[in-house]
Amino acid sequence: MKIVLLWTDVMVWLLVVSLLLWAWTVSSSPQVRKLWHTVFKSSIAMASAIILLFYLLFALLDSVHFRLATPSNESQNKTLQYGGITSLLDVMFSHNMKNTERTYSAPFATHEYTKSIVIDEQGVTKQEYLPLEYVGKGDDITSKSIFAGFVGLAIVGVLIFMHILWRGRGGLKSELPWRTAYITLGVLIVTFTWLYLLSYHYHVLGTDKVGGDVLYQSLKSIRTGVLIGILTTLIMLPVAVILGVSAGLFGGWVDDGIQYLYTTLSSIPGVLLIAAGVLSMQVMMDNNPTWFETTLERSDLRLLFLIIILGVTSWTGLCRLLRAETLKISQIEFVTAAKAFGVGKMTIIRRHIIPNLMHIILISVVLDFSGLVLAEAVLSYVGVGVDPTMHSWGNMINQARLEMAREPMVWWSLFSAFVFMFILVLAANLFSDRIQRVLDPRNKS
Amino acid sequence: MSTILAVTDLNVSIGKDTLLNSISFEIQQGEIFALVGESGSGKSLTSLAIMRLLPDVISIRSGDITLHNRSLFVLPESHMQKIRGKQIAMIFQEPMSALNPVMTVGEQVAEVIKIHLGLKKDALRKKVIALFEEVALKNPQERYGWYPHQLSGGQKQRVMIAIALACEPDLLIADEPTTALDVTIQAQVLTLLKKIQNDRGLSILFITHDMAIVAQMADKIAVMYHGEIVEQAERKTFFTHPQHSYTKSLLKDAMIKIEKHTTDTKKDVLLEVKGLKVHFPIKKGLLQRTVGYVKAVDDVTFSIKKGKTLALVGESGSGKSTIGQAILSLIPVTHGSVKFENINLVELHDKALKVYRRKIQIVFQDPFSALNPRMNIGDIIREGMISLGVGPQTRVLQDEYIKTLLLKVELQADYITRYPHEFSGGQRQRIGIARALAVEPELIICDEPTSALDVSVRMQVLKLLKKLQKESAVSYLFITHDLSIVPVIADEVAVMKEGKIVEQGLVSDVMHKPQNAYTQKLLLSAPKLPNNENI
Repeated sequence: MKIVLLWTDVMVWLLVVSLLLWAWTVSSSPQVRKLWHTVFKSSIAMASAIILLFYLLFALLDSVHFRLATPSNESQNKTLQYGGITSLLDVMFSHNMKNTERTYSAPFATHEYTKSIVIDEQGVTKQEYLPLEYVGKGDDITSKSIFAGFVGLAIVGVLIFMHILWRGRGGLKSELPWRTAYITLGVLIVTFTWLYLLSYHYHVLGTDKVGGDVLYQSLKSIRTGVLIGILTTLIMLPVAVILGVSAGLFGGWVDDGIQYLYTTLSSIPGVLLIAAGVLSMQVMMDNNPTWFETTLERSDLRLLFLIIILGVTSWTGLCRLLRAETLKISQIEFVTAAKAFGVGKMTIIRRHIIPNLMHIILISVVLDFSGLVLAEAVLSYVGVGVDPTMHSWGNMINQARLEMAREPMVWWSLFSAFVFMFILVLAANLFSDRIQRVLDPRNKS
Repeated sequence: MSTILAVTDLNVSIGKDTLLNSISFEIQQGEIFALVGESGSGKSLTSLAIMRLLPDVISIRSGDITLHNRSLFVLPESHMQKIRGKQIAMIFQEPMSALNPVMTVGEQVAEVIKIHLGLKKDALRKKVIALFEEVALKNPQERYGWYPHQLSGGQKQRVMIAIALACEPDLLIADEPTTALDVTIQAQVLTLLKKIQNDRGLSILFITHDMAIVAQMADKIAVMYHGEIVEQAERKTFFTHPQHSYTKSLLKDAMIKIEKHTTDTKKDVLLEVKGLKVHFPIKKGLLQRTVGYVKAVDDVTFSIKKGKTLALVGESGSGKSTIGQAILSLIPVTHGSVKFENINLVELHDKALKVYRRKIQIVFQDPFSALNPRMNIGDIIREGMISLGVGPQTRVLQDEYIKTLLLKVELQADYITRYPHEFSGGQRQRIGIARALAVEPELIICDEPTSALDVSVRMQVLKLLKKLQKESAVSYLFITHDLSIVPVIADEVAVMKEGKIVEQGLVSDVMHKPQNAYTQKLLLSAPKLPNNENI
């Protein structure tokens, strides 16, 4: 087995590690811990956080890429042969990857969605619904569902039991809504195990035009959506913070320059800029096909470019906010006190200004997240988003455009993309709402 | 004389906490009734209860408030709305935030009259102008069309009084009406209120924390403490025979004796400011050309001796805080010299200045913005020690040092791990002092360190500063607008007006025999507590 690190994998894992480090350093401050405690006191925030974590888990599972060694027949060849790049999620759903049908089939269907022309043994040409190739026949769906339900409940039970044991050390009484957390977790895990176990026997969310499993596509799309949501902010944050703080603190020509830059940038229509960036990048990639070993690497690089372009075009709003807030903070007396102590500019930024900007940064990051997930869908739909070969909700919706026009209508691709995206965006919005309420000092009365 | 307002056995609480505990008082026709107390004692809450404007979370447990012998609590809200404004009017502490910035002041007064008295056009305008005349606004015809931002603080408060008087109320509630104003303006507003009260036979519920204003204004006085009225008396008996221990200590803190000060000519001069000018350019137009200067500080000369205190007194905008910042080299000096131990700080660059940063420190006015809310007390105090390399440089030893500092400013050593929001204003001011002391300065610039504090806390902080001066022979440049505290802390005093020093000398000389007309006016304007002889 050979681990493959795609560019976006590197970035997302770096982000996870730095987030964990940040959480670890910050958790030593009782003030910050109290704030987060207040955030999670709301049961809605707790439930949405668990849903978000669930999505993140899938994105991370799909971000571990490797190539499996394939057994080579020729013994004289000493070097190992490697297959195509797969991820942990692909391994989990390898049966769905392999078992592609011929064409459309509805969720839980046993036969194809449209009639095909067949010639039977007698040479008679007939039109009939062909049975699906990889669907278990004669099995009872109810008994399988009950079995899956029990498996799911068992997993949930073990997890909750372990958590209660761990909590038991500090006494079971808690202000946090653990009951909501357990219920959310239970619903998520039971639903997922049910889908997963049944996916061995059925195409639970149907198949698309070329017979691909829609559940698998929707799950693969999670990574694209989540990555665009979090990595774009990662690109955008340093630019916005550095420029915003410098403009606010140093003033004079630095301030003028930065203001001109962001007014110019934000006066160009965002979609135009993104389309121009993506298209010119596509031309460059088409001209250099030797850069990429596989299509996966190619589409990954395209995703990375899209993230960078989105980041470059979306920092202006936050930058403006941070500039104004820095301007305000730098006039407050504790900054004057620090200056009277001869503390350097950099230390003032690090110790006095950034900590007091943190709530704005955090609020805008969580608020932007859902916006970016939706932006990806829109851009892919228009055709300037991610690579057409990449699984994404935007691409699924794009394909569904034609499917909706069919008679009878093929609705499950659009439906799956919609449900998966809706849950993610809703959870993110509810969570950001709570964060804003707790962290924004204006809401304290 | 008839009773206008009677509050009987009023109990107000939020959740399980009692905020007001059996408050009872009566206000007679044509009487000024003063409600005195420190912040959080429940004075403003009482006034809101009278207006029935308490927030929903606060509930009235028992008691009654009657206006002209009619209970206010049983009235429907629509009826109550007519009473507010028409029978009871209110003026607030902050005239800036009480006026609508996008309406002319004339319209704002007219609006109230239109609602309550139903006057139209010309009659309305005449009535407004008559009111402006009554509150002694100059050029009332012209002022009618002015916007709030074109008026000074005192003028805005006059407009607020005009609005309150518009519907000829029986009772005027004045909630700290002069706290945000300068001394001379305060004196004018108080005289105005007294005159209006005399002319109209109005009753006033006067809420304040300032004992001297009470002595000047009130007929009857009630002292509030922790939601209770601890003492209630006529003015004469109140000042001659205070009963409750809290009242006694309040009066003692407010009463300041002027001691005889002497100059110690032998002492060395620590700081010498000569011909200091700080001018800010006014830039206009597309190319930001400098079209003129604001002369914030204009040719100021003074000196401070080792271990002594110079008080810099002036009203807002007189340039006193700018001098403090110029001494700290936080703003560029236009002209003149700031000599500290005979080194001219104006000529030094950042690096050379660092040595003197240690020797000159500052304590701020607003204890809430002076401490970074995201840092704990230990780190706040440690910052200067690290930056300037003062004291021990290992964390453990620093912690020990900080703990002794906290004890020195009369706080507890275990506060070191706490955060600023856990402390009261007075405690925060002590932390600010500890932060300045941490780098062992020789001069501390105190920029109005007590003006945001309650009377009793103010006295404690002043005593602490005095004690620290005795222990470590530190000098203070004490910037204040409050003449009454000058004798407590200062040895010498300099009075500033419009960027210039108009008079300076020993405290006892300036306070007793002021030479300059402006100083005389300042001293005259400051409300004074009666001495026992002349009540």
